[in-house]
Amino acid sequence: MSIIPAFIVRFYHKTASPPYFYSLSNKLTPWLSAIFLVLLGYGLYAGLYLAPTDYQQGDSYRIIYIHVPAAWMSLFIYVVMAVAGAISLIWRMKIADVVLISSAPIGASFTFIALVTGSLWGKPMWGTWWVWDARLTSELILLFLYLGVISLYGAIEDRRTASKAVAILALVGVVNIPIIHYSVQWWNTLHQGPTVTKMDKPSIHMDMLIPLLVMAAAFKFYYAIAMLQVAKVEILIREQNTQWVKKLLEKK
Amino acid sequence: MNSFAEFLAMGGYGFYVWTAYGISFVVLLLNVLIPMIQKKQFLRELALKQKRAKK
Repeated sequence: MSIIPAFIVRFYHKTASPPYFYSLSNKLTPWLSAIFLVLLGYGLYAGLYLAPTDYQQGDSYRIIYIHVPAAWMSLFIYVVMAVAGAISLIWRMKIADVVLISSAPIGASFTFIALVTGSLWGKPMWGTWWVWDARLTSELILLFLYLGVISLYGAIEDRRTASKAVAILALVGVVNIPIIHYSVQWWNTLHQGPTVTKMDKPSIHMDMLIPLLVMAAAFKFYYAIAMLQVAKVEILIREQNTQWVKKLLEKK
Repeated sequence: MNSFAEFLAMGGYGFYVWTAYGISFVVLLLNVLIPMIQKKQFLRELALKQKRAKK
């Protein structure tokens, strides 16, 4: 007797099988892309055009609409990787390995975007491209963690060993995530404190907040789309000698 | 905002704003394009291998 309902177990085993995951990604991609494009279109229109100019920062603040969602994604994707790493180590689920390694380049990209757009925002507002304050430094370490996962995976020939190694690295590196989040409170940083995630009331006007949240949602969909594309390549490489891949080739 | 030129100028911060959006756009586009190209190439390679094995 199992505590977990049978249909959940079935769903788990089904999704965990590479051919099912592969065809599911193919089916989901156009839907995800459509939602992403609608959100992106509205987010950009509202952020760049509808939202009012900031009384202190002028129009330079509009960088927020990619900077903040990208920074959120850089943290979110790392947590996804750590969870996937834990699942892979505990249950040896193949798809968890694939999700972990396929997320790494996208997480690295969002971290890079957060750093670069922050720099482009910092120059006109703070008068400097870069400063070694806690928020910026911990985010830079996050970029190195992502690059570490990618190169560690590439350095180990055997995919099983490589998956185990990156799962451990992803789990160890997760301590950096709360450090990044709380860095602006724990240390006196040049980077501004939280304006959106304050529990009582966000100190940002609604007309500025809505495009920010729409862009954040758009980036979540983007992550799903990009991750699935990388995952498909990874699955094909891993499963190249199986029957279902051979059948896939015959169909083409 | 009255004109398109004014919109592009971003109150004098045009360079910073558009560079930030431009770089992000390119990076995000590459993230989707690269795996799509890789997938195509890999499938082609696999098909070739299979053909050779059959001969």
